[in-house]
Amino acid sequence: MSHTTRVPHRRPAPDHSGAAGAAPAAPPPARRRPSSQQWAAWAFLTPVTLYLVLFYAYPLYRNIDLSLRNYTVRSFVQGDAPFTGLQNYRTVFDDPTFAPALLHTVVFTAVCLVFQYAIGLALAVFFNQHFRLSATLRALFLVPWLLPLIVSASTWSWMLNSDSGIVNAVLHAVGVDPVNWLTSPSWSLISVIIANIWIGVPFNLVVLYSGLQSIPAGLYEAAALDGAGPWRRFWSITFPLLRPVSAITLLLGLVYTLKVFDIIWIMTKGGPAESSTTFATWSYQLGFGNLLPAFGPGAAVGNLLVVAALVFGLVYARVQRKQALS
Amino acid sequence: MSRSGKRTWGKTTVGVLLTGIMLFPVYWMLNVSLTRDQDMRKSPPDLFPVHATLSGYRTVLEEQLPYLGTSLVIGLGTVALTVVLSAPAGYALAKLRPRGGGVLGFVLLAAQMIPGIIMAMGFYAIYLQLGMLQSVPGLIVADSTLAVPFAVLIFTAFMSGIPGELLQAAKTDGAGPWRTFRSIVLPMSRNAVVTVSLFAFLWSWSDFIFASTLVNGGAHEPITLGIYHYIGNNNQEWNAIMATAVVASLPATVILVLAQRYVAAGVTAGAVKD
Repeated sequence: MSHTTRVPHRRPAPDHSGAAGAAPAAPPPARRRPSSQQWAAWAFLTPVTLYLVLFYAYPLYRNIDLSLRNYTVRSFVQGDAPFTGLQNYRTVFDDPTFAPALLHTVVFTAVCLVFQYAIGLALAVFFNQHFRLSATLRALFLVPWLLPLIVSASTWSWMLNSDSGIVNAVLHAVGVDPVNWLTSPSWSLISVIIANIWIGVPFNLVVLYSGLQSIPAGLYEAAALDGAGPWRRFWSITFPLLRPVSAITLLLGLVYTLKVFDIIWIMTKGGPAESSTTFATWSYQLGFGNLLPAFGPGAAVGNLLVVAALVFGLVYARVQRKQALS
Repeated sequence: MSRSGKRTWGKTTVGVLLTGIMLFPVYWMLNVSLTRDQDMRKSPPDLFPVHATLSGYRTVLEEQLPYLGTSLVIGLGTVALTVVLSAPAGYALAKLRPRGGGVLGFVLLAAQMIPGIIMAMGFYAIYLQLGMLQSVPGLIVADSTLAVPFAVLIFTAFMSGIPGELLQAAKTDGAGPWRTFRSIVLPMSRNAVVTVSLFAFLWSWSDFIFASTLVNGGAHEPITLGIYHYIGNNNQEWNAIMATAVVASLPATVILVLAQRYVAAGVTAGAVKD
């Protein structure tokens, strides 16, 4: 395995390795005289560096290239698509889908984050009380997170089915009119948000729970002696001391939620009438969802998403480094 | 003591209830997978599989086995590729202090943030030119991008904990870096290998976006596409769809039962220092 995949990587390495921040890897031996450990270290890092260049940097570069040219299926194969500058981005900005897609992306991300975090935190505090079976039950909470997204999405699709879904059956039993969860433009976004919250809660629970573990129990005992009730203890001990972990959880959640694609695509395909289209599904729709693919605009939408993800990624890296130092 | 004992049981009851609510969709998937064809459109649906049938699972055996086999091959391939690439890198970053290692660590962190759709489109453009669309090795390489950055971070974190004196002793005995890695570091990192392998397998098994862009319509499609085609054909046999979903969930279930501590370790190691 390692041989067949590694050998072909060797050739293009010299022209690329500088681009991936690997420049110090192979300095001219005369100038710097790297110790033998340096050579060994980079010998161990070479496979993964080449891999990053070939399978991260190059696809990303191709994606930028796609967004700057007027690609058709024919020119895709022949590689002679004319350079059109920012034309694809202009097309995307002027598209009537742009504003709704932006709005849906923001709403989807914000609502999912708030609920995932709040539910995850409440559950983490609850499970932190160490009652009988608490470890087992906490483990079971991981199930939604481990299931393949297509499994969760199709299960939710059937549960939310207008005619035969269990959700409408329950609503009917309590006297509420059936809701067209997936087929009505006013409900589709809410439906995919519900499904995505369900998937995201376990991650928040596990990370916040591990954060709670590091809060010294003595603090709670002291506060209890001073007469602070559970509510008071939560707001003056748990919540402030959990802030670093909360920041990390929310930032990671933000980056992950921005790029959610599978759930929305499988449940609604971004519809009906683009009522649940986000940047991720719109990009896919443009590139792969139509008979006539629009790779250029699709890549342009995707690149906007990358910029957003990287901005928040940088914030995340900064926060994490700051916490590591303190 | 007895008072607090009673209170724990109260909490346990609440906990069981909450877990039940959380896992209801999973139960419902099982329930629907056992439903007879004629009961599929029943209103209200049966809450329990009173007329349980395995016909949905028979359909899985008849139609989905090749997809499951492909997914297995792709999952194992992804695991092998991921471990081979990232274990040495983790060792170097943790113990050999390479110049530029910090930059590489940052690149790995950033790589995890790139949305799948972007990677898929880039891979599609490249594979189209290379004629590698609809190929299993191509999908393995693409799927490994889901796991490699995470794997390097896990290995780095884990191998940092190996005592330096041990490596120093090996060096004194004349072992080179490769020898040290192979006979000391790697055997000691078994837990990290397990964690990485579990996640790499699970992610490639669950991958939908690379599969649907890179191997759609090919001779060998993974199980995620099998389910997707099922739904897409406007299929009304939801018992068969849900039965496939249950079977597709088996790896996740097995992993949770057998290796839960590795899973929790992986989730937190990715997010929280220590």
